[in-house]
Amino acid sequence: MNFDDTPQEAVFRETARKWIEANAPKELHGELSKSSLGRIRLANHDIVDVGKAWQKKKFEGNWACLHWPKEYGGRGATPIEKVIWQQEEGVYGKLTQPFQIGEGMCGPTVMAFGSEEAKRRYLPKLASGEEIWCQLFSEPSAGSDVAGLRTRAEKKGDNWVVNGQKIWTSGAHYSDYGLLIARTDPNVPKHKGLTMFFLDMKSPGVEVRPIKQANGMQEFNEVYFTDVVIPDSQRLGAVGEGWSVSLTTLMNERMSIGARLATGVPEMFEFCSNLMLEDGLAIDDPAVRSKLASWAAKSNGLKYTSYRTISALSKGERPGPENSIGKLVSGMMLQDIATYAMDLQGAAGVLTGNDEETVQGQFQQMLLSSPSMRIAGGTDEILRNIIAERVLGLPGDIRVDKDVPYNKIPTKGR
Amino acid sequence: MNFDFSDDQKQLRDQARKFLAEKCPPKAVRVVLDGKAPYDKELWKGLAEMGFLGVAIPEEFGGAGAGHLELCVIAEEMGRANAPVPFSSTVYLAAEALLIAGNDAQKKKWLPAIASGEAIGTLALFEGKGNPSPKHVKLTAANGVLNGVKKPVADGAIADFAVVAARTGSSGRDNDISLFLVDLKAGGAQVKSLTNLDPTRGQAEIIFKDAKAEPLGAPGEGWSILTQVLDRAAVLCAFEQVGGADRALEMGRDYALDRIAFGRQIGSFQAVKHMLADMYVSATLARSNSYYGAWALSTNAAELPEAAAAARISATQAFQHCAKNNIQVHGGMGFTWEFDCHMYYRRANAMALGLGSLTYWEDQLIDRMRKKNAA
Repeated sequence: MNFDDTPQEAVFRETARKWIEANAPKELHGELSKSSLGRIRLANHDIVDVGKAWQKKKFEGNWACLHWPKEYGGRGATPIEKVIWQQEEGVYGKLTQPFQIGEGMCGPTVMAFGSEEAKRRYLPKLASGEEIWCQLFSEPSAGSDVAGLRTRAEKKGDNWVVNGQKIWTSGAHYSDYGLLIARTDPNVPKHKGLTMFFLDMKSPGVEVRPIKQANGMQEFNEVYFTDVVIPDSQRLGAVGEGWSVSLTTLMNERMSIGARLATGVPEMFEFCSNLMLEDGLAIDDPAVRSKLASWAAKSNGLKYTSYRTISALSKGERPGPENSIGKLVSGMMLQDIATYAMDLQGAAGVLTGNDEETVQGQFQQMLLSSPSMRIAGGTDEILRNIIAERVLGLPGDIRVDKDVPYNKIPTKGR
Repeated sequence: MNFDFSDDQKQLRDQARKFLAEKCPPKAVRVVLDGKAPYDKELWKGLAEMGFLGVAIPEEFGGAGAGHLELCVIAEEMGRANAPVPFSSTVYLAAEALLIAGNDAQKKKWLPAIASGEAIGTLALFEGKGNPSPKHVKLTAANGVLNGVKKPVADGAIADFAVVAARTGSSGRDNDISLFLVDLKAGGAQVKSLTNLDPTRGQAEIIFKDAKAEPLGAPGEGWSILTQVLDRAAVLCAFEQVGGADRALEMGRDYALDRIAFGRQIGSFQAVKHMLADMYVSATLARSNSYYGAWALSTNAAELPEAAAAARISATQAFQHCAKNNIQVHGGMGFTWEFDCHMYYRRANAMALGLGSLTYWEDQLIDRMRKKNAA
């Protein structure tokens, strides 16, 4: 048992470190380090602009989309090399946010189901950051039950005509292409009537509208499709096979190993170390210590769980199911920590401005944003289902709509 | 990075599991549970023959000289089997104290006897209510004899010797405490069994009346040694707790697959599935924290105090959580004496207190994290 690199890993790490040292945008290091809990705030730059510049540099140095094959713009790196790269890239990794969905989900789907021509046309430009991709799966009435989606694609000659609405699309407003799943046959059960496409987001009839979220921010979009034409050559997989194609996409989403999830623990520890309560520092209060220790132990547990996964990758083994707990644990913890931090602030905890008492309102912002952590990328409930079914081997849910033609499924309750 | 046990260590774990499945089925645990024996003597002998009791004891003192990672994998299996033997008292507490602080003669006398299964040892620290603290130690040592009362002492009624914390000063500082080694069969120690939550591991009161004792470690160093012993035992106990938590989760899962209600397996109801998924989450967090503890223990790392506290907290919570919800999954049957659920429930809650309660270790973790942040 040790935390050391193998000799090859050490060489790789050294090469990566030297390249980053010579090429990274060091002027942004301070601001990026301070951006915590997934919020990146750059005073004088747009994240997409600086992100594109960093991605292009990485691509030219052969460090973009590391685990992709070389012919499509990658490096042909092993999974453990990708983890080492992420460790070394450190805070600069935050600049890759606009490309993560493309690299992690859209790209792998095109790679698995696209024509050779499509792969050579689209993947290198995705890798270089020249073109940004988004994912168009969720709909207002199809979230956890994404196979119940309504957006229609109808065949007209060599084209498909799309009508409908998608939601929760991050980056749609700056994306060049989108991966779209739509219903091509409503007369068969819901999983069987879906087909996957990709489309130019500038196509006529595509309208992107930002969503004002519950936390007051606008990070996601609704995307409306009105008679949008997609050539059949942009279909991924067979007609009616969209569901199994989407499983490839989502499986890649869950492979994002080594990404450190925000838990709020370091922020909370620092907050409690400095906060004066009536009888002294918060961190000397027994009730505070008890909660803080439990959270710290959980957060450590997540860290060492990811180390176990990395170790499996390092040995060339398939990681076990333990990595599936990450988001479930960190999402709930973030919300609990925010609530408790505000409790410790007393009546002033209600203030959300940049007050000194409330530490620039960071926990208030965390409180308002944390519900999304428990929903996006699989709700807590769906994640528990996945653990119960795939890890523990418990029976799947009874699905009353499984064999019913899609257009016969009731759409309203009561 | 190789944050995992080696193939040899995993093989040892399989070997221990197989051995315990055969020699320590629930039926054997129940003999002790029902008060028909104070511990499983046959199993204890078997553990000695397998080399498990002395796995981390150096060869020169009669052990296998393997190491603490090997001891961790065995500990996990002891927890999984709910083994009714004085393993933790003897191996994690007494042997570790001797290894840290014993002189050559003391090690030669007791360590080979531990490895061969001839001697059962324990730590006599607590004196009634309260968590580990030098201020609770009232038992006195003077002129080579001890006077005072210790309780609860784990496995005290069956122990041959005890490491005893005694007061040797009154400055109010940690160095008022010294450790002593007492041969409990040599007279001067009156032992009484106490009823407790988990009858598969006994608790006792020991009254020391002019009991002959020899110093273990330097005078005034007692608390510093004890802190190290408790940290090391916390990691080893965490592995027992992880083993117990895993077993409780497995029992719950198996029952949920087997039991039919409302015309379907109860494991198909989300309320039950989600409860089991949450048990898996706590068990996984505990396992990962314990692995880190194992690394720190086996390398004597500076991180051991923090790693031990986090492992202890995480494993205590996981075992309590899994044992409690295992009963819940079983419903009414889980509340019968006949089903094994309560044995894990008892063990989980007794283990949660043995080295100091959760509150104590939470306090320790915060202190240790602050120390690290300040450094």
